[in-house]
Amino acid sequence: MKRIISMPYLLFSAVFIVVPLLMVAYFAFTDGDGNFTMQYVANVAQYTNIFIRSVWLAAVATVVCIIIAYPVAMILSRIDVSYQSTVLMIVMLPMWMNFLLRTYAWMTILGNNGLINSFLGLFGLGPYRLLNTQGAVILGMVYDYLPFMILPVYNVIVKIDKSIIDAAHDLGCSSFKTVVKIVMPLSLPGVMSGITMVFVPAISTFIISRMLGGGGNLLIGDLIEMQFLGNSYNPNLGAAMSLVLMVIVLLIMVILNQFDDDVDSVLM
Amino acid sequence: MKKLSKLYLALVMLFLYAPIFVLIVFSFNTTKSHTILSGFTFDWYIRLFNNRLIMSSLLNTIIVAVAASVCSTILGTAAAIGINNMKKLPRTVVMNVTNMPIINPEIVTGVSLMLLFVFFAARMHFEFGYVTLILAHITFDVPYVILNIMPKFRQMDPNLYEAAQDLGCGPVSAFFKAVLPEIMPGVVSGFLMAFTFSLDDFVVSYFTSGTTQTLPITIYSMTRRKISPEINALSTIIFIVVVVVIVTKNLIERRNLRRRGVIK
Repeated sequence: MKRIISMPYLLFSAVFIVVPLLMVAYFAFTDGDGNFTMQYVANVAQYTNIFIRSVWLAAVATVVCIIIAYPVAMILSRIDVSYQSTVLMIVMLPMWMNFLLRTYAWMTILGNNGLINSFLGLFGLGPYRLLNTQGAVILGMVYDYLPFMILPVYNVIVKIDKSIIDAAHDLGCSSFKTVVKIVMPLSLPGVMSGITMVFVPAISTFIISRMLGGGGNLLIGDLIEMQFLGNSYNPNLGAAMSLVLMVIVLLIMVILNQFDDDVDSVLM
Repeated sequence: MKKLSKLYLALVMLFLYAPIFVLIVFSFNTTKSHTILSGFTFDWYIRLFNNRLIMSSLLNTIIVAVAASVCSTILGTAAAIGINNMKKLPRTVVMNVTNMPIINPEIVTGVSLMLLFVFFAARMHFEFGYVTLILAHITFDVPYVILNIMPKFRQMDPNLYEAAQDLGCGPVSAFFKAVLPEIMPGVVSGFLMAFTFSLDDFVVSYFTSGTTQTLPITIYSMTRRKISPEINALSTIIFIVVVVVIVTKNLIERRNLRRRGVIK
């Protein structure tokens, strides 16, 4: 089999993966006339608060996802094998619904005339401002991306050799201690890939913040979108922002990979 | 402990399904209210099917998804074969490039492709539409096809291709008769993954579609205007389709496992 057969793809990936990313870099470092400038990259600094907010909200959502998903993954892995795939399917099924519709569902629930406020209204409470808050954005992120945390953690836990757990019990570990000392360290790679799968889309979203956060909770994604398709058309600034976002994501991946390698070397 | 974990699982399921359930219930409501059920009706479904924009964007979505997933399956299968035969260094470079659209935030992929298409549209006189959408979709689809096929080569006997040729196959028929059946499960799952991602994609399409609307883009513009039970009706239909497809897939898998005696 010849290597030549992959030529069409190599050409394709050069034109549609490499060149577009180089164009982002080019736009970020040039002005409208194509002259080199650091102006746009420097201008990104004006939006530091929005970048911090994005990192913060995405981080909180990721942590909440871990806290909710970890027990789910553990419970799933202990279910009788013949039901396991069915229960896993039921847990993962909402993920296949378009995320715009899932986010829209929360819009109708959290609104001032939404289900929660109407229910509280029956007791003379509220209406509380639930929609257009940071809490709503975090809720949306957790709801949309929770399955992305459950699946990788489950995949790792289910593959843990049962005899290791039995050995821990035989050597006098309590169930709790076995979880903390054996299952958790062994499942770390799954948690790490879960973190990337939740954090990356969460930090770069502009849908969730726009639908559930109102105008007051802009994220990096909103900023970038506005530079390309919104009112403030400025592809150079947008490219600079995209570049910064890419750098943030890459940095976080590098840090997480570091962890991953440590885990591997500990276990080897 | 058993009861506690069942309760916990039930609570998480409630969290995951309650919003979808609410969407479905209010798709049958006679008024636009999302809080008070005033009566049962199919009106919103009838309106949905009479909504030209939704129907045309559904058609667009299917056209783009079919074209993109077929192209990326062919392109990706060929690519996987070639990459599999590369030396270590070029192979690492190509795989790193291939991983880019997966690792990168979707919005960056969308924006970068938009810049590319704007650049060429100005010089080559074409407009944003089917072509840009399909090219963009292939860009994020191909990596998944390649990643689904690559492990199949590792499971395959590396001498199979030569053996088929020794037994009288030409290079082409050796591929189709000996190699392709071995990697077929990867090709199929890659194709299905590409197809689903294309159907579902909003972010990349949003930046590369111009005025050609796909279903997710139409849904987005509907939610921007106001809450309308037509979206609920659409959600209900999509949910039913998802349930039918996933349950069928699961039943087939279970039957296969049962045949092999993995489960009872």
